[in-house]
Amino acid sequence: MSAAEPIISCRNVWKLFGQKPESFVASAKGKSFEEIRRAGYIAAVRDVSIEVGRGELLVVMGLSGSGKSTLVRCMSRLIDITDGEIIVDGQNLMSLSEKELIGLRRRKMGMVFQSFGLLPNRNVLDNVAFPLEMRGQDRHDRRERALEVIKLVGLEGREEYFPRELSGGQQQRVGIARSLAIEPDIWFLDEPFSALDPLIRREMQDEFLRLRGMLGKTIVFITHDFDEALRLADRIAIMKDGAVEQCDTPDKIVLKPATEYVRKFTEDVEKSRVVHARGLAQPINGHAVEGPAVPANATVLQLARQLVNERREYLPVADAGGKLVGAMNRQEALDILLGSA
Amino acid sequence: MSDTTVPVIRAVPERALPGGAAILLAVALALAVARPVLPELLVRVPDWAIPPYQDWMQALFDFIKDDLGLIHVTRAISAILEWFLDVTANLLYGKNRWPYLGPLPWTAVAAVAAVVGYAVGRWRMALLAGGTFAWIALIGQWDLAMQTLSVIAVAAPTAFMVGLILGILAWKFPRFEAALLPILAVLQTLPFFTYLLPAVIFFKVGPTAGCVATVVYAIPPMVLMTALGLKKVASEVIEAGHMSGSTRWQMLRHVYLPSARTEILVGVNQVIMLSLAMVVLTAFIGMPGLGAKLLSLMNSLKLGRSFEIGVTIVLIAVTLDRISKAWVVKQPVHFERGTPWWERNRLLLIALGAFVGCILIAQFVPLANEIDRKHELSMGSEIDTVIRAVLANETIDAATAWLRGFLTVSVLIPFRDAVLWLPSLSVIFILAAAGYAVGGPRSALLAGGFFAIVALTGWWDRAMITLYTVLSAVVIAAAVGLPLGMLAARRKKWAQPVLLICDTAQTFPSFIYLIPAIMLFGVNDVSVIFAIFIFATVPLMRYTIEGIRAVPEELLEAADMSGATRSQKLWKVQIPFALPTMAIGFNQAIMFAFFMVIIAAFIGTQDLGQELQRTLAGNQLGKNFVLGMCVALMALTFDHIIMRWSATRRKVLGV
Ligand SMILES: Nc1ncnc2c1ncn2[C@@H]1O[C@H](COP(=O)(O)OP(=O)(O)OP(=O)(O)O)[C@@H](O)[C@H]1O
Ligand SMILES: [Mg+2]
Repeated sequence: MSAAEPIISCRNVWKLFGQKPESFVASAKGKSFEEIRRAGYIAAVRDVSIEVGRGELLVVMGLSGSGKSTLVRCMSRLIDITDGEIIVDGQNLMSLSEKELIGLRRRKMGMVFQSFGLLPNRNVLDNVAFPLEMRGQDRHDRRERALEVIKLVGLEGREEYFPRELSGGQQQRVGIARSLAIEPDIWFLDEPFSALDPLIRREMQDEFLRLRGMLGKTIVFITHDFDEALRLADRIAIMKDGAVEQCDTPDKIVLKPATEYVRKFTEDVEKSRVVHARGLAQPINGHAVEGPAVPANATVLQLARQLVNERREYLPVADAGGKLVGAMNRQEALDILLGSA
Repeated sequence: MSDTTVPVIRAVPERALPGGAAILLAVALALAVARPVLPELLVRVPDWAIPPYQDWMQALFDFIKDDLGLIHVTRAISAILEWFLDVTANLLYGKNRWPYLGPLPWTAVAAVAAVVGYAVGRWRMALLAGGTFAWIALIGQWDLAMQTLSVIAVAAPTAFMVGLILGILAWKFPRFEAALLPILAVLQTLPFFTYLLPAVIFFKVGPTAGCVATVVYAIPPMVLMTALGLKKVASEVIEAGHMSGSTRWQMLRHVYLPSARTEILVGVNQVIMLSLAMVVLTAFIGMPGLGAKLLSLMNSLKLGRSFEIGVTIVLIAVTLDRISKAWVVKQPVHFERGTPWWERNRLLLIALGAFVGCILIAQFVPLANEIDRKHELSMGSEIDTVIRAVLANETIDAATAWLRGFLTVSVLIPFRDAVLWLPSLSVIFILAAAGYAVGGPRSALLAGGFFAIVALTGWWDRAMITLYTVLSAVVIAAAVGLPLGMLAARRKKWAQPVLLICDTAQTFPSFIYLIPAIMLFGVNDVSVIFAIFIFATVPLMRYTIEGIRAVPEELLEAADMSGATRSQKLWKVQIPFALPTMAIGFNQAIMFAFFMVIIAAFIGTQDLGQELQRTLAGNQLGKNFVLGMCVALMALTFDHIIMRWSATRRKVLGV
């Protein structure tokens, strides 16, 4: 689903930590993470080229220290990149002046943080209204809009509470509301739910999916949790040692891992829950396809009963509009379901 | 290796004494032994070799003052400060200046204080604050206390603002911070007489000079706490601020400063406490108020009245400290939705109501306005009689006389003579050796160098008397404070009240400690040492308790499981672990002692403080500054050696 019109595009982005990284970055190119580290630098982001389409939800995954947060902070220019370029909505991020950057954030960007980043001295209402206050909106408008988003995230009635009077899940709702207050086009979320316990996390994910459906924003979402990624992602980028190993749809990542690392990473995943009929659909060239079609967005697991009872060798796959997108090999699907012998 | 969270005391190869230190110590000893045959040149810096620092400094000050015109700047600042001081003076004790409204009735002030107390700490604080002001009025010290408070009311906010701004600059510009830190370190060790004289010369004599000296004295902790707080703001909060599109100013105003609230308020607490301590001491430049009264009463040995003033000062200190600390920990609490505005601002309205009410009542009931001589409850002379009677009691008198005699003849005089007998070079080498042992050549150079400078000023003998007083008092304080601390640390039940007492005692202005000393020992060297001794025991006890209580539970359990007896546990586990913390207490004790010994000058010591006090009478800025630096350099040497040692020790222990 890589969109035709990218809203964020990173080209050969580097971020090195260490002494005077600008002078070193030229010689870092082509070197491995280890070699760079031996030279005294940490390659938090290493030659990353990636595009995020308008309205797409890109999930960034990887082990701790693989550079996920750094990459996303480069995209919002919370940190300056060492080399390469990042174009956001047609503007080169690194060439923006401080004023332009502030303008961009006031109009287009929102971010949710792992440990919430709420201002302790402000109540919920004032925290949510904070970005509006910064851009100088008048008090009345500010309040109205803040109440609107507070309602959206389900915190009605707690407007006057202070952050320390709220539970973790509620605090994160405040963080989400704040990031949505300015109606951003681009929404960054850095492990927004990992500080929450599993039950609340699940609830927040559902909440998040609901918001996403309503708002239709471009989203970059960091997580550690593969299940979470699969529930949410249009595409997943898997990072290791600062580099993106593979960036693809969940189906492709599971079915065709680009590297050994990605294969290991996805090894334990229950493939039948990830792979959709669409992902298995092959062009219909010459196969005899007949009978009723299966929906393209059904997972193999959801089709399990039918697959077992079915006699046809190829099943037609149709999208929501009833249009045929291809044919699925039943044996291949069964292998995914039962594990290939 | 297993991943354990318990800090383990790692076995580090203890180097006996680093070679350099041993050599330096040997030189020091050799010089001491060879003293009789040493040429006079090596014993003391001869007069002809002493550079005329005083004249140079004097010339420098004169140049800055007159030629560069600093005096005009400071005069302008004086005018502004004076205006504010006049306003508070008029309101609080009715000085005949604009706005010609005062004095406020004591009931109005006490009522507002009580409401403020209630706002930060409910009934207990209300009682403390209201009660303190009621006591002041009833005991007949209202005007004195208001004179003191009117200066604090101007000095503390000024110090807060200046400290806040400097702290922000230090946080923003590391270069500025690097330049500022040593200056602050010197300011914190400079004897207060050195603040007073420049204040008098550059700013107008009277409250203005006192106010300026107080401000300068109170600034350093505010700067440090502000910079610390700003550095500690969580990175995600900062990022959230940036992502909200804040400009730099908005970041500072709405993100950094509110997030650093706790540290900034701790700074405020320290500003207030230091202001109080200093304002009391401005008595030495003739500023009226509690301090001046106390000084004159003590000079004339009116112990009863001194005691009452002491109680007043202590009550004010405790009130200011507790209220500002309660404010630090007070967190905002939400109101239910739909709470009306008068409910939200209830306390403000009550304060206003009480204020206006009291003023109205005071129009008709004179006693609510001012408590006159006839009605005050001072029992100064009665207390005086009691104290004298108690002290005249034969056993007590005999005990103090014996102690005084014993200390003077067998301990203090021999020690003093020894210190004075040592060649300067020998002392310098001893300190260099200590420096080397803790921090290598750099520290050796620093420690030896600082003392060498003192030797070169020509004030060596007086400096040594100061040093001897400090050291004897601190050694006695350690002999008492450390065992007491260890004892109190045994049980939580004991530790807590003792810590509370120490905490409270540390808020008292140092001047207070002289009262019991003079009562018991009269006016002499022993009472100076006794005052320093009480003052210095407090931090020693406090840090000992804190150090020992901070030993991780697992470590103690491990010791128990190894079959350690209680004393083994104390000596092998708790004390080694607590030593770095105890060292901090030791350092504070020494710093306090250096501070106190100078105050004690008015008792008639023979040391630098005495000389310093004399400079106050004239306008010898150069001499005053040189003497002040001698004290500061000695204090800084000890500070450096002890803190350095504590830091390395901490690293070794992995805490
Ligand atoms: N300010 C910094 N200075 C030096 N190194 C840094 C800095 N910030 C990040 N790094 C390093 O860059 C690498 C990537 O860090 P990053 O925070 O992006 O990882 P991450 O994938 O988000 O990990 P996690 O899942 O733990 O959040 C790490 O090795 C980290 O130590
Ligand atoms: Mg991260």
